[in-house]
Amino acid sequence: MKFTEEHEWLRVEDDLVTVGITEHAAEQLGDVVFVELPEVGTHVTRDDEIVVIESVKAASDILAPIDGEIVEVNEVLTDDPGKVNEDPLGDAWFFKIRPEDMSQLDDYMDEAAYKALVG
Amino acid sequence: MADLHMTPLNALHRELGARMIPFAGYDMPVHYPMGVMKEHLHCRARAGLFDVSHMGQVILRAAGGYAGAAEAMERLVPVDLLGLAEGRQRYGFFTDAAGGILDDLMLANRGDHMFVVVNAACKADDAAHMRAGLPGVEVEEITDRALMALQGPAAESVLAALVPEVAAMRFMDVGIFASAFGAMWISRSGYTGEDGFEISVADDQAEPLARALLAHEDVAPVGLGARDSLRLEAGLCLYGHDIDTTTTPVEASLIWAIQKVRRAGGARAGGFPGAARILHQLAEGAPRARVGLLPSGRAPMREGTAIFAAAEGGEAVGHVTSGGFGPTVGAPVSMGYVPRTLAAGGTTIYGEVRGKRLAASVAALPFTPARFKR
Repeated sequence: MKFTEEHEWLRVEDDLVTVGITEHAAEQLGDVVFVELPEVGTHVTRDDEIVVIESVKAASDILAPIDGEIVEVNEVLTDDPGKVNEDPLGDAWFFKIRPEDMSQLDDYMDEAAYKALVG
Repeated sequence: MADLHMTPLNALHRELGARMIPFAGYDMPVHYPMGVMKEHLHCRARAGLFDVSHMGQVILRAAGGYAGAAEAMERLVPVDLLGLAEGRQRYGFFTDAAGGILDDLMLANRGDHMFVVVNAACKADDAAHMRAGLPGVEVEEITDRALMALQGPAAESVLAALVPEVAAMRFMDVGIFASAFGAMWISRSGYTGEDGFEISVADDQAEPLARALLAHEDVAPVGLGARDSLRLEAGLCLYGHDIDTTTTPVEASLIWAIQKVRRAGGARAGGFPGAARILHQLAEGAPRARVGLLPSGRAPMREGTAIFAAAEGGEAVGHVTSGGFGPTVGAPVSMGYVPRTLAAGGTTIYGEVRGKRLAASVAALPFTPARFKR
């Protein structure tokens, strides 16, 4: 698993990368009440704002961590946004992306480095 | 940030694990470990304890006692204060010469004087406004008393265990009661739409009282986050957001707070700042109105969201002044200003969220039924 400074996690499975947010991020956001997901088939570039998350506190974005194509989104979150707080590392993944260049993952932290970042 | 004021409950907030933020010059709890959503729901189901010590407490004394203060204050506030019975409280607002709202406040008849509670961010201006506008009235800012609110269906039983007299109070009653925590100034009122009380105690009694209330299993501490979502569902205005100097009481749908005796034809009609404009709007209607808005989707329409009459084209016709997710409603809720022609319940309007116009319908306020003990 890899982690971004934006508190996303990236899990590589075969040739796809699944993306979600960390427990730390979910805790900081507070209770999530709305999730807007990208459309399947969208081509995204790193740092595009592709997911909107609204919590009881504010709206925030999830950025595309890598270049690629969105091949699946987790529709469950649209109906049950609270899942993001319940199981951020498991059931509450946001999207799966087919990367153009797997080597972009090398730019991100491993778990030990991320844990050091969030203390 | 360096010179934030602290309330007498600051250490307790930290001990309880609150996340603290600067608010109106004070270091205040925005939420506790329970989180905004659960604090909100707990308050509606059982009881929540809020620290509102940042608000301004002011005593007005005049020759002639309460009536003298009331007569003077009617020159600043378009409310029937001379007709307010002893032991009763009323909602009101300071207006300016243009009919805008300088602040909203609670005013109580405490027998030989008037007691008012004003917003934290406005309290210095309000005190200056009263000193300038109320010649012959002594304006005493109370700076050695904390203020807390106990709100929710369990509030009465919890507080009555400490002060039995409160069980007999009705909504908007006020009283001063001796207690183990010294004299408590209590009103049966609040800012959540629930039954409950606002309690002023001496600073050094605030923490012991808060601990005694929190010791009850029904009571959880509630921060500013849930205070905002509770008052939004209750359809109550937040000064500086839903009302300010650019909104008149008529536009703000607060005409219920202006009693007949202060309106055209009343025995003490007008005589407050901005009366010409406000009385004209009362008679003819205002060009716009504050309304409730229920977005049809799940996306919250937050403060500042532009409102349009149609799904495409045209200029913005209004804006959202408060909005977010309503935990009890289970959906997003907002308030905002729309032209009078679009203010009828059920009217569809469109809020522009992240570049997309999303439908919402005009809805009656409050979003959740008020549960006051009348």
